[in-house]
Amino acid sequence: MNPADTNQVCTAKIDASCRVPLLALFGGAALWLVLGLLFAVIASLTFHKPELFAHCPCLTFGHAQAAANDLLVYGFAIPAALGVMLWIFARLSQTELELPLVPVIAAHFWHLGVLVGVATILGGGSSGFTWLEFPRVSAALLGVAFVLIAISAVATFAQRKERELYPSHWFLLAALLWFPWIYCTANLFIVTNHPVRGVTQAVINWWFSNNLIFVWLALVGLGTVFYFIPKISGQPLKSRFYALFAFWTLIFFGTWLGIPAGAPVPAWLPTISTFASLMLVIPIIAVAVVLLKTLCGANVSCFGGPYCYFRFGSFMFLASALLLAALGCPQFGSVMEFTWLGQAQVQLHILGFATVILLGAIYEILPRVMGTELPFKKFVNVQHFLNVFGVALLVIPLAIAGIKHGHAGYDPAPTKLWLMISTSGLLLLLVGSVLLLVNIFVMTIKWKIALAKSAFAAVTAPLEKTEVKS
Amino acid sequence: MKTGIGVFFAVVMTLGGSWFGFVVAPTIQLGSAKQTSVLVTGDIWPRQRTGEATLGLQVYRANGCAACHTEQIRQEGVSFEVVLTGVKKNPEAVSNLVSTLKLCDLNKEEADAAATALGDAGGKTETQISATGADIKRYNAVRRSVAADYLYDAPVQLGTLRVGPDLANVGARLADANWQLAHLYAPGIVKNSAMPSFKFLFEIRKSGSTPSAGALNLPKEFAPADGYEVVPKAEAKQLVAYLLSLRADAPLYEAPFTPATTKP
Repeated sequence: MNPADTNQVCTAKIDASCRVPLLALFGGAALWLVLGLLFAVIASLTFHKPELFAHCPCLTFGHAQAAANDLLVYGFAIPAALGVMLWIFARLSQTELELPLVPVIAAHFWHLGVLVGVATILGGGSSGFTWLEFPRVSAALLGVAFVLIAISAVATFAQRKERELYPSHWFLLAALLWFPWIYCTANLFIVTNHPVRGVTQAVINWWFSNNLIFVWLALVGLGTVFYFIPKISGQPLKSRFYALFAFWTLIFFGTWLGIPAGAPVPAWLPTISTFASLMLVIPIIAVAVVLLKTLCGANVSCFGGPYCYFRFGSFMFLASALLLAALGCPQFGSVMEFTWLGQAQVQLHILGFATVILLGAIYEILPRVMGTELPFKKFVNVQHFLNVFGVALLVIPLAIAGIKHGHAGYDPAPTKLWLMISTSGLLLLLVGSVLLLVNIFVMTIKWKIALAKSAFAAVTAPLEKTEVKS
Repeated sequence: MKTGIGVFFAVVMTLGGSWFGFVVAPTIQLGSAKQTSVLVTGDIWPRQRTGEATLGLQVYRANGCAACHTEQIRQEGVSFEVVLTGVKKNPEAVSNLVSTLKLCDLNKEEADAAATALGDAGGKTETQISATGADIKRYNAVRRSVAADYLYDAPVQLGTLRVGPDLANVGARLADANWQLAHLYAPGIVKNSAMPSFKFLFEIRKSGSTPSAGALNLPKEFAPADGYEVVPKAEAKQLVAYLLSLRADAPLYEAPFTPATTKP
């Protein structure tokens, strides 16, 4: 056997060691993505016909919107990101996944937590804090599950053969550390029976929202992109220095955003946030330099394949981060605060950036860990175009609605038409997410049938001579 | 692995910075906040809510009202107005001054100068403060929201999106409980409203020979069929009690203004 062959076998083994944990994480995530977008469509229907759910409390805007947001982030983005991280760590370490059973169990805890959480929100049990609506029992399940998966990821990381860290390591390890930190803090300070008093709750809620949605998703998305784009294009990341510079400035400035300028809190809090959002331009430029330099040299024709997902997603990061920085500018921000423009930024960041990149990673990883091609390969390309048009049709109308909303002094009338148009973007994204679910579902069924067949064959196989007692 | 540990600590320090800044420091600064007192009258602020209104906060939370409504009013500044309250001497000189001086929309220095000039001429003056800003005008508010307003809220729901109007002073702005109930049942009574109807907080039942005491008085196009009446359930009443308890209308040290009642 020549060395190249050993390498091949080794890679196949690494991929196979991730199979069951990744199926558990991605399968649930794909289902939550479909449900999340479905709830987003339901929430958006309110703007077509406000009295639609007058007799159905669980589907009114306040319920459906919270359920949709939480399903997209806690249901899809985080478990999908954890799966991608496990695989990237195993590949970068050139070793099989450590403790493979732990993430399988943890994935089930996680999905149970999401199920309980969303059911509670729909039943009116939301905690009332943005991005923290889940009840305590769900939060505990999610926290434990995350830590368990992180243990497996760090154990795999510790076994790495190459000691030097790749830039993706930095982003992903920071994400593994930061989520439990902010999630525990937020739950223990404001979702408990004895929350901190008064407006401090709002400050911690803003801090958490920004760090979860902007910083955490940015760490995960950029870490993933910096791994896959060089890998697919065969070009090295240009350069390691810029990537690390982006990392440090992102966590140094990005974590301080989130306190709106006119908030009823001591003035030093919003002042820091405003300054940090202006400084955000530095990591944005650094990321843009890395992307442009790395993408320029590459000559990959993807026609909607995973590489297209990464390229589109990373440009959406630049757009969303720039919009966030702009919303932090005092003049512009005070007019645009509380308008749909802020929502457009959040949706762009979650659906245009994080979700697209994670989808690309899932499509890139799944065939490898399953050892077979995707059952419907064309769906990948179709979903890419659905994503591009879906994100455009969702975010651009929301942004226009936001600007009109701000200039009309929060009069909802001029926004109505644009909000109705944005529903079509969500519908396209929903169709795309169904394609992913079908692919994963059929793949899992095929794999289980194959497993059952081989088990059946093993049981019914005639005994070998050596095992037969004479 | 020497550098690895160093990097790890650097990351912990960087991330921990924002944790200290935005979690620990505000908790220390505001976490033990107590009631403050209202300027001039010295009453305690915020006022304790009634039991019904406290339950109503939970109805507000359960229905995700904060998805579309904020509870915070921003303020751009204050403007001063000098009011002549009497004349000690030289009425002619004073009235001449009053007709030439600019007495409203002043800043602090201008107001002081005008008050001194009028005082020197022989008039008695009073300087009044009022809050300014787009939000103040839009929501007919008297001052900005301040941290003390939320002392009794759990959860505090400031909101991030104004699909509907801000509610920080809705209890002062729209103080009619019957209108609030009718609006929850049929938001269409406000033109162009995007608010969903909360009919599930109401009971539609056969009316007796005379309507029940709490039955809603609805405009014709929203009223139920003849012989039926709409009666609010407990949750609807609690929610309205909560809404009416939202009234940021007391002058405080951090947000001073001259209340309308003391204006001459």
